[in-house]
Amino acid sequence: MLPSCARTFGKKALTQKKALGLLSTAKNNYATEASFETKPFRLHNLEQGPSTNVIISRDDALKYYNQMHTIRRMETSAGNLYKEKIIRGFCHLYSGQEAVAVGIKAALRPHDAVITAYRAHGWSHIMGVSPLGVLSELTGRQTGCARGKGGSMHMYSQNFYGGNGIVGAQVPLGVGIALAQKYNGTDGVCVTLYGDGAANQGQVFEVYNMAKLWDIPCIFVCENNGYGMGTSAERAAANTAFYTRGDVIPGIWVDGMDILAVREATRYAVQHCASGKGPIVLEAATYRYSGHSMSDPGTSYRTRDEIQEVRQTRDPITSFKEKIISTNLVTADELKTIDSEIRSQVDEATKKAKAEKEISMDELTADIYANDIEEQIRNIGPFNPLPHKRIGPAVNLK
Amino acid sequence: MFQAINNALNLALKSDDTALVFGEDVAFGGVFRCTMGLQSKYGSSRVFNTPLCEQGIVGFGIGAANMGSTSIAEIQFADYIFPAFDQLVNEAAKMRYRSGGQFDCGKLTVRAPCGAVGHGGLYHSQSPEAYFAHTPGLKVVVPRGPVKAKGLLLACIRDPDPCIIFEPKTLYRAAVEEVPVDDFVLPIGKADILLEGDTVTLVGWGTQVHVLLEVAQMAKSKFNISCEVIDLVSILPWDREAVCQSAKKTKRVLIAHEAPLTGGFGAELAAAIQEDCFLHLEAPVVRVTGFDTPFPHVFEPFYLPDKWRCLDAIRNLLDY
Repeated sequence: MLPSCARTFGKKALTQKKALGLLSTAKNNYATEASFETKPFRLHNLEQGPSTNVIISRDDALKYYNQMHTIRRMETSAGNLYKEKIIRGFCHLYSGQEAVAVGIKAALRPHDAVITAYRAHGWSHIMGVSPLGVLSELTGRQTGCARGKGGSMHMYSQNFYGGNGIVGAQVPLGVGIALAQKYNGTDGVCVTLYGDGAANQGQVFEVYNMAKLWDIPCIFVCENNGYGMGTSAERAAANTAFYTRGDVIPGIWVDGMDILAVREATRYAVQHCASGKGPIVLEAATYRYSGHSMSDPGTSYRTRDEIQEVRQTRDPITSFKEKIISTNLVTADELKTIDSEIRSQVDEATKKAKAEKEISMDELTADIYANDIEEQIRNIGPFNPLPHKRIGPAVNLK
Repeated sequence: MFQAINNALNLALKSDDTALVFGEDVAFGGVFRCTMGLQSKYGSSRVFNTPLCEQGIVGFGIGAANMGSTSIAEIQFADYIFPAFDQLVNEAAKMRYRSGGQFDCGKLTVRAPCGAVGHGGLYHSQSPEAYFAHTPGLKVVVPRGPVKAKGLLLACIRDPDPCIIFEPKTLYRAAVEEVPVDDFVLPIGKADILLEGDTVTLVGWGTQVHVLLEVAQMAKSKFNISCEVIDLVSILPWDREAVCQSAKKTKRVLIAHEAPLTGGFGAELAAAIQEDCFLHLEAPVVRVTGFDTPFPHVFEPFYLPDKWRCLDAIRNLLDY
């Protein structure tokens, strides 16, 4: 009885959603736009928050689906490469958190900047690095976006300031980037991301103060995936309402598994910062399916059931897929085509990332200094001494 | 070695009611499993997870030590110790001195996994011992294996000064020894002569000791010479007498460490050796170390002062 009831109810809900579809046209049987209600935002020091009614176009729906699915696929591939021991070292997967990166990026303008921590693969891709650039960075090959010299935690691209290895250390940098944007007279913002674990680092609070004191256009984003390494947020933070932790800085809690809610909250935050009101804190409630890094199975401090439940009920890709299919924005067949395109694209990148060459030995002594006064780097013993060299102008100084 | 450390922590908690063990993820054993089972044995008021805030962890440890608690803090990787650098250098190291001997935090011990592990990249591989060697008031040790790890850790815990023990993380699993089960301490500030020889003195600590022992064998078979291998064990204070005595005997010294050359602790040793043994030396003291580059992710095998680089340096010492 019960399951069938649930189904009927589900159908009803679907019809309702259809009814919400705006400007549906009969052409191709597609809707060109649809609107959805997000979970309510929670507000801190704000009279009015973002709208919970969000509208999405068919083109955007396809784009976001494509982006989220590419990240998921890429991370699955990265996980496999690690298990095959082709990726060595540290490898932090983004699977489960895709809606945060894709949703934020969707609300940014070309001149806005982003800086994040070590869970950087998804963000790197969204900020313009191809799956090959990410995967070969992981395998340490010359086609990697940092030429294989950075690895999992250190990837960069235009307006994307990495990829930082030390917990919380990127947060002050983000405020500095935002300060420069203000100083340069653009209305650009810097999205500064950190996790629920890093939220307890002292330097985060130091720059909360500076950011508000000088009204710097910094959007602090706490990606709360529930666990700082192996310790749950509840066990590590006296106040787990991370969106309130900026004290006098306004904050918004957003469902980080709903890409549309994230986009809407980010739009609001960008508007807030760009209009000169100073910083804002977003807390995106999300979840990571994998362990903290590949050496953490991720099951000693939480149950497999918990992970399974999130996958089934809150997965950012599955839930988005259901939404856009049920409102006729896209068809299941279209998404299937996209899935297979992404699969072959990522498979191809994976193959290349395994086959590419590593950078040559002379790059061991490259890019330590902008201008190396001694010309040669000390102590490169068994080989001919290697001169210091520069590979190219820094992306941020171009 | 991780079991020896676990055993030492267990003994410290058992024998001292005021002992506390804390750090990131230590409650369920820590990333290297050194604190396995301690929370279930001693309760969450004595063995507990901290938030991810190294400065806070060490500062908290200093405060607890001030009040007479034996604080045993874990910094998850030595690479993460730098946010706590201020607390260690400016607070812990100087507390006794600046209070005219009224207050101290000698019951503080900081454990930090250090060194290369094969694939750690920039932020999971560094050996920061030299930074702390520059700080009067601290004691710094590096064990080469399980027995040393247990004895040194217990010595640090019971030493009346703040101590840092850098545990070479690659040895956690690689190094296996028969470790006495009883409670024992090994002296801080004393080097171990692991192999006696008369032609070249090889000095190292931590993982590098094992490289040097192999190099000594290779030098024996290739050059037919005997090397004296010294594990320095303790960086601050270091055993000047043992090293210089050996240097005077062999007249040639090679120092090897993973950290970069410039300002590495080998520089301090070399300076002291030339001061004490100048007229005895047949060749300048040679250092075989990591390069003056950031720890390179893809070039780790080249960066490390491996046996071939050490052997090459020995040949140059002999040919000088």
